[in-house]
Amino acid sequence: MQVSLTLNGRIRTVDVAPHHTLLDALRDDLGLTGTKECCLVGECGACTVRLNGRIVDSCLVLAAEADGGEVTTVEGLAPDPGQLTRLQSAFIDKGAVQCGFCIPGQLMAGDDLLRRVPHPSRAEIEEGLAGNLCRCACYEQIFAAVEVTAAGEAPAESVAAESSSVRELPPHVVDQ
Amino acid sequence: MRAFAYERPTTLADAVALLAEHGPDARILAGGTDLIIRLRDGTYAPSVVVDVKRVRELAPAITQTDGALRVSAGTVMTDIHDSPLMQRWFPALVDAARFVGSVQIRNRATLAGNICNASPAADTVPSLLVYDARVHAIGPAGERTIPLDDFFVRSGVTTLQPGELVTAIDLPLPSGRVGSAFQRRTRRRGHDLASVTLAVALDDAGTTRLAYGSLGPRPLLFVSEGGAPPLDDWFAAARPSPTSMRASPDYRLAMLRVLTQRAMAAARERLEAAA
Repeated sequence: MQVSLTLNGRIRTVDVAPHHTLLDALRDDLGLTGTKECCLVGECGACTVRLNGRIVDSCLVLAAEADGGEVTTVEGLAPDPGQLTRLQSAFIDKGAVQCGFCIPGQLMAGDDLLRRVPHPSRAEIEEGLAGNLCRCACYEQIFAAVEVTAAGEAPAESVAAESSSVRELPPHVVDQ
Repeated sequence: MRAFAYERPTTLADAVALLAEHGPDARILAGGTDLIIRLRDGTYAPSVVVDVKRVRELAPAITQTDGALRVSAGTVMTDIHDSPLMQRWFPALVDAARFVGSVQIRNRATLAGNICNASPAADTVPSLLVYDARVHAIGPAGERTIPLDDFFVRSGVTTLQPGELVTAIDLPLPSGRVGSAFQRRTRRRGHDLASVTLAVALDDAGTTRLAYGSLGPRPLLFVSEGGAPPLDDWFAAARPSPTSMRASPDYRLAMLRVLTQRAMAAARERLEAAA
């Protein structure tokens, strides 16, 4: 069936099978592999995307359900390619990324939390990110990244990705 | 996931007709947070999935009507806990809705779906029971209203008839003062199913209501019209699973007592604060 959606600001139309999920459509049909497939039961949050203003586990949404909707994935968080949001920069600064697999989902949930609660308490951050598991157990660094972004301490928005790649490694990361 | 046909009716009449046409080969899709897991693991293999989210009459809404708050079948947990009307009248349901899954799940999971799955551990059900919730359903034989206590049979089984779907849940507005509270025990804070889930409601006429779940094949409601409630009798009706991996029967029964006392104390405090 034909499904049309506004994906990261662009209207896209794809032909999908009714039993394919939004996650399948994003990764396999639309080529956006930032959204990760992991537990497939709505426990881990690696597939988190924003659908019509609210974050959802895209493994538990049929592509057909998103027809006519507005979807934002991790690729659409920053305004332009090569740019990062303040939250994304804060993840780098705080060393919140280890293997990186859960990070797109963590970013979507963190972004959603800061939209709803601009100055969250530690408890609100923990609850806002409770649907996102990190098996490297970087929770402290992830929470810290959300905290500094909320406090306005993160680097300015739209830092070029290139310059972030030459950023010094955080003190606890061993350079191999 | 096995292939199925997808239907997306926009009117209640069309939804009822589709369910009647396909009978047991159809499955209703509301939030999908349970259904899609079961479609993927093969527990359900319907030939048709009927997505009811575009049905006009079921659109998310919490409205005050006929002395009750009416929650439409499309209303999700986030809508419930963010609703000022709910916060004012039904705090134990608000607290329960906040505990369901994660933000991502609460943005998708419907209150109607939570009762239709008939999980013994359903987070919102004890609160709905102590508030005397009524379920509105429609099917080939027409519309009917079912007291929530008459809705559950056992895990996964309700008294809904073939072809029937839930359209709304009514919560009667209390006539006097009420204090209510929700309590839940899980292995970890955050995303987990409850080992014990319960709610208490006390009113200024001396009525005590206790409902608990995760302690038998279906959630149970107990009501005492005055005087000291016979709590030991109420606890004796619990039948915790001897084989559950989440908690042993002894632990659940011990926690049932503890959480009941905590919920009673919190409900009493709220009742006095309402004075």
